[in-house]
Amino acid sequence: MSKQDGFDKRLNEARARQGLDRAAGNAGPPGGSWGVGYRAGVEVFSALVVGVVVGLLLDRWLGTWPWLFLLMFVMGSAAGVLNVFRLFKPRGMKRD
Amino acid sequence: MAAEGKSIDALSQFELGTVLGPFGASVNFTQSNLHMVIVAGLILALLHYGMRARALVPGRLQSLAETSYEFIHNMVTEQIGDAGKRYFPFVFTLFMFVLFGNMLGLFPYAFTFTSHIAVTFALAAMVFVLITVVALMLHGKKFFGYFFPEGAPLWLAPIIVPVEIISYLSRPISLSIRLFANMVAGHVMLKVFATFIVMLAGLGVAGPFLSLLPLTINVALVGFEVLVAFLQAYVFAILTCIYLHDAVHLH
Repeated sequence: MSKQDGFDKRLNEARARQGLDRAAGNAGPPGGSWGVGYRAGVEVFSALVVGVVVGLLLDRWLGTWPWLFLLMFVMGSAAGVLNVFRLFKPRGMKRD
Repeated sequence: MAAEGKSIDALSQFELGTVLGPFGASVNFTQSNLHMVIVAGLILALLHYGMRARALVPGRLQSLAETSYEFIHNMVTEQIGDAGKRYFPFVFTLFMFVLFGNMLGLFPYAFTFTSHIAVTFALAAMVFVLITVVALMLHGKKFFGYFFPEGAPLWLAPIIVPVEIISYLSRPISLSIRLFANMVAGHVMLKVFATFIVMLAGLGVAGPFLSLLPLTINVALVGFEVLVAFLQAYVFAILTCIYLHDAVHLH
């Protein structure tokens, strides 16, 4: 139906006239500079939480307090930095 | 609840209590659950009554229903590709649930269930289990290669593998904390400034005029909170899509 009477074409023309179709190409995380900073903070924090919890659980299981905790804390920080790097990595770059 | 005496009580709005009298109390049916049921009902009502007309030129409700449907449909196909269409129902449900939960929480006397980490973490854990199961089903053992990038020197494995695993495990945490913290922060700010209005209003002759200042801020904050409510639902949905993309394509 829409193809026969050229409805799509007319609709697109009308949308373009009204400026409804924003130019595509605003990649990256939404939310402005505060939002980006906040997201980076959350990424670091959550990686640290996981690292610390995993370290504590392993220590409790293996009885090696505090060594695995310390090790996993460092690993968690590294994972946090990795998360932030992935957040700002331009889209389309291959995961490495 | 607010501004009793001279203290600011910004956190009591997140307290849970049972509703529906003795019936609710006996099964611990809290106002959080009640609002979840309301949200589910609202979504169903929107889609049912919105799409009942099935008009070629949609009315308001149908337009809203179609816009939200197409918004998520485009997001899913753009992020995951054609293979992502089968995850559309999941992402759409998640998005609508979070969005309506956030928006409903902005109404006076309403409760924001997305301001509880238990709720957001349950949603994020669901996403996490889903992406892991999808990746395991589609790729089998190759999924574990995800934790060690090809071409990296082998002696780095003891460092890379734990870091990648922690990074993977941190996904549901960051997903849940982001939503929960945004909602809590917004509602605390609203409550604090609302309390300022009441406290300043009782400050003699100049009080009512001074209380206009926090009132102005609160008006702006409510508008900002509507933005945050949508944005956080959007971020939740698009991150789910990105994780599903990783699970489907392993890259």
